[in-house]
Amino acid sequence: MATVKFTSALERFFPGIKEIPARGTTIREILDEVEAGYPTLRSYLIDEQGRLRGHVNIFIDGGIINDREGLSDPLSQDSEIYIIQALSGG
Amino acid sequence: MTPTLLLGTRKGFISYRFHNNHWEVENLSFEGVPVSIAYEDARSGTWWAALDHGHWGVKLHRSKDRGKTWDEVAAPAYPQGEEIKDGIMATTRYIWSVANGGKSFPSRLWLGTDPGGLFVSDNEGDQFDLVTSLWNHPSRKQHWMGGGRDQPGIHSIVVDPRDENHLYVGISCAGVFETNDSGKTWLVRNKGLRADFLPDPQSDIGHDPHILVAAPTDPDILWQQNHCGIFRSVDAAMNWEDISQSEGPARFGFALSVADDDPGQAWVCPANSDTTRTAIKGALCICRTDDGGKTWKNLRKGLPQENCFDIVYRHALDSSGDAVAFGTTTGNLFFSPDRGESWQTLNNYLPMVYSVQFSN
Repeated sequence: MATVKFTSALERFFPGIKEIPARGTTIREILDEVEAGYPTLRSYLIDEQGRLRGHVNIFIDGGIINDREGLSDPLSQDSEIYIIQALSGG
Repeated sequence: MTPTLLLGTRKGFISYRFHNNHWEVENLSFEGVPVSIAYEDARSGTWWAALDHGHWGVKLHRSKDRGKTWDEVAAPAYPQGEEIKDGIMATTRYIWSVANGGKSFPSRLWLGTDPGGLFVSDNEGDQFDLVTSLWNHPSRKQHWMGGGRDQPGIHSIVVDPRDENHLYVGISCAGVFETNDSGKTWLVRNKGLRADFLPDPQSDIGHDPHILVAAPTDPDILWQQNHCGIFRSVDAAMNWEDISQSEGPARFGFALSVADDDPGQAWVCPANSDTTRTAIKGALCICRTDDGGKTWKNLRKGLPQENCFDIVYRHALDSSGDAVAFGTTTGNLFFSPDRGESWQTLNNYLPMVYSVQFSN
């Protein structure tokens, strides 16, 4: 199974959040599993039109995903998915 | 005066409590997070915090114990496929106004947002729905535009306490819209306004009211600090009259508060007009009228009069009885116990202040 890891910045809103295994074959499917494990977390990552938020990035095995709107990037069964925030502001 | 001040700031939700004859901080919540509006629903005492997370999107939280604990509720969301303009998808970018539905609708709450959607909840905020009649108004896609923010936004929601199906909204940039049926149908109320930035300044739609306020003791008297001056209506927004000071500072600005016991008394926070948006001549001044805008008095006692850059955002001025308070863009918080005749500094070191509200 793939593994989904989260930025520690999400700990503030989801205390105790930790990596989860996932069976999905695309990022969109993975996010459905993330939501099931941590209700409302999806709304922190994507907007109501289903697009990745502007200051959120997702990596699959070290590479940034290409499809920020459709979230269709494929992954393999043992992929590592990192969900991180862009560092910005002050 | 009600004894609490709620502040929405660039770095959190802050409440001050008047205790032993001075103001002290009661609560800090959401430290580090921009809070676009800090709001008390006076009917229930519930506090609301509209958050503008840079990374995680707009969020909405409520507290029923004065900020000790908060519950996150679903933020207003645009239905899938809705567009700001053709090809530009609509998502909630900012919560810019909050108003309760009044005594007739004890569970109702209204929210105004960027990019121009009005939302309503009839279950105390558990769920908000887009008011599609206004969103689908034929003028929106063609004639509404950004002003203050990149996209159109609803920053003012005025509920008539005599008939809470009757309300006005202020939109930058579109103007004032009125409904008599809880938002089923809408009327444009911009007659007499001027939009100097448009090819046709008398255009029906496209105006930039920075804030819209009704006099609590006579809701047919409405005031607005507009991009192009200060305007007042004495006939329920049917006609607007420019009441800006002809030779003086009371003209450009963002905030306006009307006295809760006098429909002819109001305060504004003048700023250098839109090219610089700084304090006029480096000095902070509040202007008050006691006669419906015929004359204005400059109030400066206790306010910085040199090397000052502060301006006051549209929701960052409020009044309660004799008390007036405002917070500034450079993190100063001022309080007057005597309707602005003199000012006390409550804090010089706050984050940028977005909203100030007197509450219980």
